[in-house]
Formats: sequence, C-alpha cells, structure tokens
Amino acid sequence: MNKQPSKIIPGMLQKALRMGLGTTLIALLALPIAPAGATETQVTISNFTFKPQALTISRGDTVRFVNSDDMVHTIVAGDGSFRSGALDTDDSFVWTFSQPGTIAYFCGLHPFMKGSIVVK
Amino acid sequence: MRKDEQETDTGFVLTRRHALECMVWAGTGVLWTVSGGIPKSLGLLDAARAAEAAQGAMTFLQISDSHIGFDKEASVTAVDTLTEAIDRVKALPVKPAFMIHTGDITHLSKAGEFDDAARIIGSTGLEVFYVPGEHDLIDPEQGKAYLDRYGKGTHGAGWHSFDRDGVHFIGLVNVFDLKAGGLGNLGAEQLAWLKSDLDGRPASTPIVVFAHIPLWSIYPQWGWGTEDAAQALTLLRRFGSVTVLNGHIHQIMQKVEGNMVFHTARSTAFPQPQPGRADKPGPMIVPADQLRSMLGLTSVDFTVGEERLAITDTTLA
Repeated sequence: MNKQPSKIIPGMLQKALRMGLGTTLIALLALPIAPAGATETQVTISNFTFKPQALTISRGDTVRFVNSDDMVHTIVAGDGSFRSGALDTDDSFVWTFSQPGTIAYFCGLHPFMKGSIVVK
Repeated sequence: MRKDEQETDTGFVLTRRHALECMVWAGTGVLWTVSGGIPKSLGLLDAARAAEAAQGAMTFLQISDSHIGFDKEASVTAVDTLTEAIDRVKALPVKPAFMIHTGDITHLSKAGEFDDAARIIGSTGLEVFYVPGEHDLIDPEQGKAYLDRYGKGTHGAGWHSFDRDGVHFIGLVNVFDLKAGGLGNLGAEQLAWLKSDLDGRPASTPIVVFAHIPLWSIYPQWGWGTEDAAQALTLLRRFGSVTVLNGHIHQIMQKVEGNMVFHTARSTAFPQPQPGRADKPGPMIVPADQLRSMLGLTSVDFTVGEERLAITDTTLA
C-alpha cells in the first residue's frame, strides 16, 4: 500500500528545492496527494488499550496515536507497512492512510494490544 | 535413613528421586514443595545455613529488568535502584563467578540508557552474560543498539551458549519481532541452532537456560509465555537437570516439572501485578516504603556432582 508520513509538508518541499535535492523532490512528488478535506483522528493508548479500538476513516485521513500510559508502547502494522519508534508517555505517532482497506495494528512491546482501522 | 535419602530442616525425609519434585531452595531462601505444579513455601532457612550451603559451590547471579530510563511515579529512578542492587552484589561475602542479565536492560533502547547500565553493572568487575528484553530492541534499527554492545560471539538476534564448571548455559532470545496477539517467540532458526547446540551433549550435563520472557505459560492474556517454548523444552527433556531462568514479569514465580526447574526473577526497577490481579500488567504503584521489598536479585549455587541447586532471591529492602 502506498502511504506517506504526514510530516512531509510543503515547507519541506521548498527547502528541498532550495537545497537542490532534485531526486528527493521527484520522489516526494511521486507519492499520492491526500484529497482535499482530509482530517486527523486521534487514537489514545490508555491502560494498555487502543481507544477507539476500531476506527473508520476516509482515504487520505491521518491518524495520530497518542500514548497516555506511563509505560512505553509502539504501533506496528500487521502487514508491516508501518512501525513507530518507542512512544514514551505523551509521545505520538502520526500516519496518513492513502489506500482503502482494513489495517490491523498492535503494540510491538505488548502484542496483546490490538486495534484496526478501516479506510474507506 | 538410606544413603539416597536426606532430611530437610522441617523433618521431611526425601528420597533422591523425590528431591527432583520437591526442591529444597537454600540460601536465605525458602523451602519449597510442589503440589499440582504449584510451589508452596514451607519455611525459611537462616543466613548461616545459606552461607554453609554456598560453600564449595559455583555461584552466579541473575539480575533482570533494570529498565534504565524508566522514571515514572511507580518507581524512584531505575538508575537508583539498579545501583542499590549492584551495591548488594559488591557486598556479597562470596563473590559470584559471573552474572547473567535476563533482559530489559533499558526502557527505551537509547544509547545513554545502555551506557548507564553498562557503567553501573560494570562496576562489579564481574563477567556478565546478556539476553535482550523487548525494551532493548526498540531503537530505530530494531536491535542494532543492543547487538552493537552485546552481540559479539552470538547468533541471530543475540542467542548464545557457554560452559562454566561443567554447567552448560544457553541464552535464548524470545522477544524479537513479536507478532500481533502473540506471546514470546523463539523461531525456527533459533530452535535449529538449539538442537545443534545440544546434540551430542551427555544427558548428565547440567543445563541452565536463560531468556527474557518466561518459557512456561504463566499468563498468556498478558503475553507471559513463549509460543514455541514446547519445542525447546522437548529438546531439553533428556537432560537430568535443567534450570530455566527468566525475567519479564517483575515478580518471583517457580515451577518444577520433572527434571526442569523454572524460576522468574524480580525486577530491579519496578514491580508488576500478579497475573489477573489487575486489569493490565503496567507498573504497580506501591508506597515508597514498600517498593524495595518488591525489587531484587537472584543468586544460584551449583555444587558439582549434586543434582540439587540453590536459588536465592534477595530484595533491596
């Protein structure tokens, strides 16, 4: 599935241009562009549980996973399409879902923690 | 008493065969009997007898779950409590031959956390053998930080074996690339290595296996078990004495099954709830004056030629 981290913002493109990073620019432009009206939804990790555990979003929407536990967690896609770094308390991980389908994910440290996202 | 019988300090007479089922845990430790696979404490042995038991034995020490970098309300800093645990090690009257660390050295796999742990643990001057916990493999390269430090001479994600005083030690890694909903996992490559590592070894060789997540199913709902442990235990079944040492659950649990003894160690950083006694396995918040009674380390004594071994758990209180 093609996805892009939402951290790629226009300012970075301009900076890349100024730095003459032509190859990088082409690679970035080749990624799908989120449709207009894309929204960000939050999934909160609380007491070793993803809330909401099941979420439906539209193609191009972004999900922000926020850890509010006092234990570190990670977010790992079941199909291997994304993997967050270590999320300590109040850390977050942001991912943009650009293709329709159902993505199952879990915590790489506590794999009994599971969630899913339906992208329409 | 027959030659192959021994009397425990509570007056029970055990045959040599029974000793395998009803282990005597020496040290400051506890005399355990096993009923239906559940160890039951019968009484404490005093420190003098512990010292006597340790004489002439090879002693090594297990520390676990130091979680350097954890600095939350459930704990004073993990650096402080690890330092206290290591001060206990330095003060031991009989210096252990070496130490093993059963993983979760760090909390977030950060370089500074590994450095702090190495500095504190290294102050003992003892040789240390490591296996990683899942918290040691969450750097961006998923384990490079750990393997750069402790991977030398190991295989795959860091598994290895070595011999000391006739005892064969095997460090296994069951925390790599955990799967959704799953338990700890050894994987086909490691199991094949274990088989070749054990092939040709006499069944009389005492074996000590250490790994982070317990190799027996303690509480699968919280991931406290290892998916393919049965395959490893089948390979170990023919040996007369197998001791399995784990961490991960931050509390002591013991089980004796045939010739196999399973033991989990306390954490040096923070306690976790008993299985099923809380909603989730997060750090347990306890009053400051009780915290140190729930943290600690484990020492193991082997006397060559005896099937009995002594496991002693010491708290930081």
